[in-house]
Amino acid sequence: MACYLTTGKHMSIYYSVFTVLILLAVTAPIALLFGFVGASAARSRIAPLRWFAQGYIAIVRGVPEIAFFLFFVIALDQGIEYLRHKALCPDWSEPIRQGNDFVVCQAAKVPLGSAPQWLHETYGFALAVLTFAIVYGAFAANVLFGAMRAVPRAQLETAEAYGMTQRQTFWRVLVPQMWVYALPGLSNLWMVLIKATPLLFLLGVEDIVYWARELGGTKTPRFTDYPHGDWRMWYFLALLVFYLLFTRVSEIVLGRIMARLTKGQATAGGEAQRKAATA
Amino acid sequence: MKQLILSTAALALSAGMVLADGHGKTIRLGTEGAYPPYNFLNDAGEVAGFERELGDELCARAELTCEWVTNEWDSIIPNLVSGNYDVIIAGMSITDERDEVIDFTQNYTLPDPSAYVAASEDADLENGVLAAQTNTIQAAFIAESSATLVEFATPEETIAAVKNGEADAVLADKAFLTPIADADPDLMMLDQEELIGGGIGLGLRESDTELKEKLNAAIATMKEDGSLNALLTKWEISGQF
Repeated sequence: MACYLTTGKHMSIYYSVFTVLILLAVTAPIALLFGFVGASAARSRIAPLRWFAQGYIAIVRGVPEIAFFLFFVIALDQGIEYLRHKALCPDWSEPIRQGNDFVVCQAAKVPLGSAPQWLHETYGFALAVLTFAIVYGAFAANVLFGAMRAVPRAQLETAEAYGMTQRQTFWRVLVPQMWVYALPGLSNLWMVLIKATPLLFLLGVEDIVYWARELGGTKTPRFTDYPHGDWRMWYFLALLVFYLLFTRVSEIVLGRIMARLTKGQATAGGEAQRKAATA
Repeated sequence: MKQLILSTAALALSAGMVLADGHGKTIRLGTEGAYPPYNFLNDAGEVAGFERELGDELCARAELTCEWVTNEWDSIIPNLVSGNYDVIIAGMSITDERDEVIDFTQNYTLPDPSAYVAASEDADLENGVLAAQTNTIQAAFIAESSATLVEFATPEETIAAVKNGEADAVLADKAFLTPIADADPDLMMLDQEELIGGGIGLGLRESDTELKEKLNAAIATMKEDGSLNALLTKWEISGQF
């Protein structure tokens, strides 16, 4: 049993757990950043910037994730290779599109065809992070945009009355207060993001669901030292437990953050806290 | 967003510069890794099987540096044409439909008869429900027949469908089904076989004629000196050249 659980294949699934955790750890802040920039731009007074941000939010939110993942990543990958091709191989005479084929010179490949496998995997992972960040950034932007508008107008008017500039009002009054309105939406997004990680396989990153399927599949004695029947149910059960635990821990942490953010806010939650403290 | 794309591009560019002076082109071999004995992942998580040994031998003979990549069957052709790897070596039968999109080398197996595996001897192959993997010659064959086709993304799922009664039988390459029918007392192989497909070949981009010539030459030498036959015998795939 111990031998079975430590085969090279099982090592791959343990390793992929870390892949998923790292992906979440890296993607969440970047998506939040995209969301923050997007939301700020969407309420900008400069019209083109506003249009751009509103377009970003509307388009990315409206396109199915799977379509976005399949289309955008291939387009991005080919776009990078196209630019490098133009820069590195100026005397290449053949067309880049030959029927179905996308052909760039060898030096323009990203990563290079001769690069070791880990570099290909890291590149795939980076593309995954970027794509996740863009998709979830759009949702976060919408949440933050709403949260910024939810901050009571009186707060901003008071700030202006104190002679703060637009910039000061934004950073000192609006931003600190908006999080309490944003958090329920953001925590929702975080949960969805956790569950969306199996989409990684679409991007060629081998995640836990892929390995669970591969490991659980029927193994005949000829091709393995550990033959077994269809064990996918047990592997997927383990995944279920993993995801449930993970989301449960997230809920607890998010609950604490919410309590911390509510402190002193002019919301129903803040009011309840005040009453509890004085009682 | 632009900043990030730019910095990613810059990073990739600088990484590229460092490695650009390295050795020549590496040929990336794309396979599915879920279709024993042709290709599968062994206990160590590495690609193994008939095509692993064949591919390594072909690369040695053609003096190419090769590397193995796994990719899901469904998107194996799109990823080839967009250049994520250079060769498909995944038990892919040569068909006219595929030949319109990609190119094939000469075949390295003879057409392997496709067989049925079912839970009982009297499965209805005429009008019953038959399982096959998506985008395979077997799926196309069932679609043409009077039986009802259910498709699955992986070979594993086609077997599971028969075991849980969703399908009456599964149609797949005989070499794939034999070890499964042997190991599982609930499943049996039926006598009826179908001769479909034109043998298995390596899939290449249509623009990659130079690589195609090299690999064709390497396959020809393996056919001549009998080493291909030895491999076919070792992995119990029917048909000898």
